[in-house]
Amino acid sequence: MIEVKNIQKKFGDKVVIENVSAQMKPGQCNLIIGASGSGKTVLMKCMVGLLTPDQGEIMYQGENFFAMDHEQRTNIRKEIGMLFQGSALFDSLTVEQNILFPLDMFTTDSSSQKLKRVNEALERVNLKDVNRKFPAELSGGMKKRVALARAVVLNPKYLFCDEPNSGLDPQTSLVIDKLIKDLTVEFNITTVVNTHDMNSVMETGDYIMYMYQGKKEWEGTRKDIIFSKNQLLNDFIFASEFLKDAKDMRMLEEAGKIPNVRNMDDMTRP
Amino acid sequence: MSLLSDIGQFLLMLKGMFKRPEKASMYWKELMHQCMEIGFGSLGIVAIISVFIGAVSTIQTAYQLVSPLIPLTTIAQIVRDTVILEFAPTLVCIVLAGVAGSRIASELGNMRVSEQIDALEIMGINTRTYLILPKIAAAMLMIPLLVIIAMALGIWGGRLAGTAAGIISPNMFDKGLADDFLPYNVFFALVKGYVFSFIISSIPAYFGYHVRGGALEIGRASTKAVVVSCVLILFADYILSALLL
Repeated sequence: MIEVKNIQKKFGDKVVIENVSAQMKPGQCNLIIGASGSGKTVLMKCMVGLLTPDQGEIMYQGENFFAMDHEQRTNIRKEIGMLFQGSALFDSLTVEQNILFPLDMFTTDSSSQKLKRVNEALERVNLKDVNRKFPAELSGGMKKRVALARAVVLNPKYLFCDEPNSGLDPQTSLVIDKLIKDLTVEFNITTVVNTHDMNSVMETGDYIMYMYQGKKEWEGTRKDIIFSKNQLLNDFIFASEFLKDAKDMRMLEEAGKIPNVRNMDDMTRP
Repeated sequence: MSLLSDIGQFLLMLKGMFKRPEKASMYWKELMHQCMEIGFGSLGIVAIISVFIGAVSTIQTAYQLVSPLIPLTTIAQIVRDTVILEFAPTLVCIVLAGVAGSRIASELGNMRVSEQIDALEIMGINTRTYLILPKIAAAMLMIPLLVIIAMALGIWGGRLAGTAAGIISPNMFDKGLADDFLPYNVFFALVKGYVFSFIISSIPAYFGYHVRGGALEIGRASTKAVVVSCVLILFADYILSALLL
């Protein structure tokens, strides 16, 4: 479990994060949502130690990350996998070498064992015949999947995903969301996702924290969002008329006032 | 203020490099990779420059030594000493600041901007040790070797041009090379080679590693790295000459 306790971060005089606290549990997708500039990426960077908060604590299994010595931090980082917004694959290495990199650095497995783990990771993200390709030869979705394979190849306890759907078409976004969700449940990973993709929120959000101007404005589950009266959250999530209508429909469904169309669809399907 | 801040950050970067490697074999692999990139990657341009500089030195020296009282072997001596003392270490290193220095700055800058350095940090890798130390070590191993190669090729180019233009016979040139040869000059050139190689690798690494922004900033950092490296090479050249000669 990861606990965020009263985190504050300033850049110069500008307060970017103000007294944010949260609990991210294992086996579930913990989403940090908010508009651009709301501080969610800074919060994630504080959580993984790329930035040091001015105040507050980040607890991994009850231990404050910023009170740890270099070796303890390194050990925690070995348990962290991260999927970056731009994938952050090493340009000069092939797909196989990219995924091999953490294995080469941190394991004493034989070459054949490492190669087996690479192929398993690639299979897990539904990629094949790409081992010898360079990142420049892959599509955006494939790069994300390779980056996900690299992030999980060491079986991390914690997975951080910074805007995993940015720049992807809706269908590929769903594939990435499903992969993240499946991996989280399968390996009981504490997954933290930064996103402003509404599909992700509604499909994968077990715990959702909405940030507004550096503060935690709302938290709950994806079901809670439907019934939330928080105006800022509703304006952010259900920004278009189409989404507002969808929310109203969903509320009526949940209240049993209209039949659940998706369930009927399931029933009528041959 | 900015200069002091830069110097402080540069020293912190150097201090941060000396941490225990996570896995020695991976660092060795990276060192060998950098040796190939910096050493063999620059060999072609170093060879071309050295041969032509040697050739031009011979022709221009002969052009200026018109007195029949000065023996022809003097041409070879002048070419030898100019190539060893100045052209091989300084000129070659200024060219290498452009070739290898800009490559180091843009490689690290690109890694910073595309979050590859962050990805390494998250994995628990000390990026200063893994990315910068092998580059500096490789430069300090390979550039003095390139300087020695440049010395040999420069003198060979001078001999070739002197013979081809009918200025001096090969035997006379060889005799001039052996006359009053001071091995200390080679030592001095190697000292310069080591100092310049540190400048060529560490300054671009600093500018590349600390890039903030996008593609435009990578280009700016690369240019700045080359300019600062060249100025520092010339400054160090003067200081070393004043101290050691």
